[in-house]
Amino acid sequence: MSAAVIETAGLSKLYGRSHAVRNLNLSVTPGRITAFLGLNGAGKSTTIRMLLGMIRPTEGTGTVLGRSIDDPAQSVALRADVAYVSEDKRLYNYMTVEQMVRFTSGFFPGWREDLASALLRRYELPAKRKVRHLSKGMRTKLALLLAIARRPALLILDEPSEGLDPRGVEQLLEALVAQCAEGTSVFFSSHQIEEVERISDQICIIHQGRLAMDASLDELRTSWRRVDAVLPGGPQPHDFTMRGVERLRTRGQQMSVVASGNVDAIVARARESGASTIDVTPVGLREIFLQTIEPDSIAEN
Amino acid sequence: MLFRLTDSAGQPRYLQLMQQIRHAIESGALNDGDQLPSIRTLAEELVVSPGTVTKAYTELEHEGLIAMHHGAGAFVCVSRRARRLGDRVQAARERVDELIDELRDDGLLDDEIRRLFEAGLLRAAAATRKR
Repeated sequence: MSAAVIETAGLSKLYGRSHAVRNLNLSVTPGRITAFLGLNGAGKSTTIRMLLGMIRPTEGTGTVLGRSIDDPAQSVALRADVAYVSEDKRLYNYMTVEQMVRFTSGFFPGWREDLASALLRRYELPAKRKVRHLSKGMRTKLALLLAIARRPALLILDEPSEGLDPRGVEQLLEALVAQCAEGTSVFFSSHQIEEVERISDQICIIHQGRLAMDASLDELRTSWRRVDAVLPGGPQPHDFTMRGVERLRTRGQQMSVVASGNVDAIVARARESGASTIDVTPVGLREIFLQTIEPDSIAEN
Repeated sequence: MLFRLTDSAGQPRYLQLMQQIRHAIESGALNDGDQLPSIRTLAEELVVSPGTVTKAYTELEHEGLIAMHHGAGAFVCVSRRARRLGDRVQAARERVDELIDELRDDGLLDDEIRRLFEAGLLRAAAATRKR
């Protein structure tokens, strides 16, 4: 296995006395699409800005493409290999689209002129229009074009689909997939579960500054299940305090369990308890996400 | 060949893609020697991670249904025998489906049917060993 493209150890950021990011240990595998999920204010942007050397961690260390994130000298070299599409899409408002593209191309020796012009047409960006007069969606597409045409080793995006219309979202996802096929590692933050579920290989969930989950989407889809059972004798929740049970709810004779694994044993237990019917159904990423950020609710009825 | 992934949870996407390719081969929509789309093309078409396509292709190569030639892409490779096997599997699947429908009509639950199948297979395996 090749070295991680992003690696952090105990990364923390304090604003005043509150932790924006708390003891974060991330390891992002190269050549894949990794999604960084979390609610608003969960610490996604703060983490990304630390990774890019834009703000300094209060504690902990990290490397991006093998370079230390808190060493200013390495940080400059780092930014040449990492393309970043920020939430606010920093662009020069006084330039035209064309000027912005030409200006940016000058900084990157590996700039793909053909790709830049192809994307300009594909995204229907008006070459002569001033950046300040672009719509939010157009700004995103321009920022994406500038990031992709430099052929980065790592592409980091902060909430890239924010403000895009459905076609824009589709073009964005296609661009990320195509970029990954070229060998670029993609790391993007989002709270759009549907998009994440479509294109991601790996899912990292951050909640209240902590890493709440790091798993492959294939793994999640295979292991998470809902088990619904009817227990004529009335369900005994304490019979089901077992590995894998993330949530258990009962109503009358009905019992509903959301499990992150160990499903066969849970089904066997239900059968032993005299269940008259048992149904096992898949659980989508939305529910897995909501379950992951909820406090423990096993005892709750 | 057109592939489409449904958004069904509970199953990794590469498995869905494998089933579709396998089905296309078994049904004759893809023939021996046909070229499959490149990983990049198919990933873009389906808007899935290239890793998903790579995994599906790799698994199918293990099964011997496709061959990957470096730089040239992936090709369907089914021998007559494999095709006949595909036909037999298809026919068997239909018989199994019919039997399941009948058992359900008789009021058996899916779990009970599953256990009957498993127990039947175990009995058959034990009988084979005794012989």
